[in-house]
Amino acid sequence: MSHRSESPPPALLREGDRIALIGSWTLERAARIRAEIERMPRPSESPLRLSLERLERMDSAGAILLAELASRLGLDPRHPPLEGGDPALVHWLQHMLAACKPIAEAPRLPGRDPATWLLAHVGRATLAILRHARELLGFFGLTVITLLRVLVRPSRLRLTPIAHHIEQVGIDAVPLVGLLSFLVGAVIAFLGATVLKEFAAEVYTVELVSFSFLREFGVLLAAILLAGRTASAFTAQIGAMKSHEEIDAMRVLGLDPVELLVIPRLLALVLVLPMLAFLAALAGIVGGAIVAVMSLEMSPALFVVRFWDTLELRHVWVGLIKAPVFALIIAVIGCLQGFKVTGSAESVGERTTSSVVQAIFLVILFDALFAVFFMEIGM
Amino acid sequence: MSAEHVVEVEGLITRFGTVEVHRGLSLRLRRGEILGVVGGSGTGKSVLMRTILGLKRPDAGRIVLFGEEVTDRPAGTRGLLEQRIGVLFQDGALFSSLTVLENVLVPIREFHPDLDDDLARCLARLKIAIAGLQEDAAGKYPSELSGGMRKRAGLARALALDPEVLFLDEPTAGLDPITAGAFDELVRTLAKALRLTVFLITHDLDTLYRVCDRVAVLGEGKVLIVGTLEEVEAHPNPWIQRYFLGPRGRAAARARMA
Ligand SMILES: Nc1ncnc2c1ncn2[C@@H]1O[C@H](COP(=O)(O)OP(=O)(O)OP(=O)(O)O)[C@@H](O)[C@H]1O
Ligand SMILES: [Mg+2]
Repeated sequence: MSHRSESPPPALLREGDRIALIGSWTLERAARIRAEIERMPRPSESPLRLSLERLERMDSAGAILLAELASRLGLDPRHPPLEGGDPALVHWLQHMLAACKPIAEAPRLPGRDPATWLLAHVGRATLAILRHARELLGFFGLTVITLLRVLVRPSRLRLTPIAHHIEQVGIDAVPLVGLLSFLVGAVIAFLGATVLKEFAAEVYTVELVSFSFLREFGVLLAAILLAGRTASAFTAQIGAMKSHEEIDAMRVLGLDPVELLVIPRLLALVLVLPMLAFLAALAGIVGGAIVAVMSLEMSPALFVVRFWDTLELRHVWVGLIKAPVFALIIAVIGCLQGFKVTGSAESVGERTTSSVVQAIFLVILFDALFAVFFMEIGM
Repeated sequence: MSAEHVVEVEGLITRFGTVEVHRGLSLRLRRGEILGVVGGSGTGKSVLMRTILGLKRPDAGRIVLFGEEVTDRPAGTRGLLEQRIGVLFQDGALFSSLTVLENVLVPIREFHPDLDDDLARCLARLKIAIAGLQEDAAGKYPSELSGGMRKRAGLARALALDPEVLFLDEPTAGLDPITAGAFDELVRTLAKALRLTVFLITHDLDTLYRVCDRVAVLGEGKVLIVGTLEEVEAHPNPWIQRYFLGPRGRAAARARMA
């Protein structure tokens, strides 16, 4: 066991009622030893003994294979009759054999029939969705109650963390939101101009850009970007605290983690998202204007005049009223996923991913619901 | 250089910036012994272990493992030597995304990629059993285990490839006395049954008295003394006197006598 120099290959030799283990029985030689064992005839009538006289080395893989050999020969694998060998090695071997399980006994995954598997998978996934929805509603309720409690006693409102989150969530996101909306505005104007030119109705590009950005794209783009950027950050922040037991520490100190961690993030996001949505709408319209002026030979003055002529305040409201709702969705999902982190580092990653996916999904779903609703009430 | 000593450290100097942690430290680990390493907090026990393992580069001095000089070979470049060493880090350092069984399989698969799957699993289960874990622990994730079970799982992984030397960093820290006692017992039985050489860092006096054959005391960047407990207790250094002859030391010594 001690030195690992080259040693003779392992072998088994039958000598009357003894089977001699020869050479080194180690992990590197496992395949060869197994082949030797396979070649041993099944048990004979006469009781056999295993001789360790000529064994050079043995490691724990060797011990497992010895147990395998013993059970193949019909001997007790835990206490096979041993003979000879270095006393220290025998002592070690007995220790190993006592803990050893037969190779075949290692439990395997039961074979699965694809149809049942699919059915089971669908069932599990459905239950998981229902469970998530319930959790989300429960957490939403908890957040609302805590928020009301805090608003009733505004002295409990913590301004420093709110300011900190406003900076992180809002101000730091301004360049990204502005630039992306600008680019999307340019693309929409370009598409619109190309299609409308066919009907000599290029001038409607102005309405296309201004309606779509004021009503939909400004707030939607801002919300989707924040769902990616902020929901994940909330999950990671709270998740890291959860895995360091900081949340538990808060609880035993009598602090309410929802009040301390969720409310400031939620309020910051609710304050910031409408502003970012407005900014995104402006940036998109500017992007559209620039394309219109450059590719349609529309004069800047004409664009501005037509924009003001067709602008209706209700479009602005329809857009902005959705912002706090989206903010609520993003903050609640981001924080809830953070609280769902369990000990491991991998779980932080998993939760972060699902927080982004769920936030984006719900933002788009609610946007569609809003669109139907506003259409029905004729806004 | 001999088969006598499995680890030799000579004239080791390590620094972090301008802070000198070791100032010419020398220590030898004899084959088959359990060497306890003690010393006040910050005397560089963990750093010594990391340096021997090649996780930190020494600034001067020599490190010899199994008669081979490895001073300039960081961990990961030591080839076969690495299989002969098992390490248990302070909190087990299990891979959190793998089950206990998969954790133990990692070194087996890494060094023996073409081993049969059933044999590899059987081997891993054997190690888990030897480390004193119940069978159902094999399928659990580290976050589902208690501190003591994590230590045992870490031990199972450290033993995966039948190492000759085992490094343990404060194996009983954070365990209740009964669990700690059981773990001490396990280390001692395994070390003797598997003929291991053990480098054991500890603050636990009970561990020292129950498990170790010899003790090395670190201080002032050096090994103050290394020897049997009786020899070490007799050393006049004031820290050693307070450590071994304080109330806790006496209690631990009495417990061993009994
Ligand atoms: N990564 C590092 N960077 C800078 N200094 C370090 C680093 N690791 C350790 N040190 C310093 O090295 C010294 C020895 O640390 P080490 O962790 O070895 O102490 P220890 O003896 O294991 O103490 P303890 O008993 O508390 O675990 C300490 O002064 C520590 O500040
Ligand atoms: Mg330490």
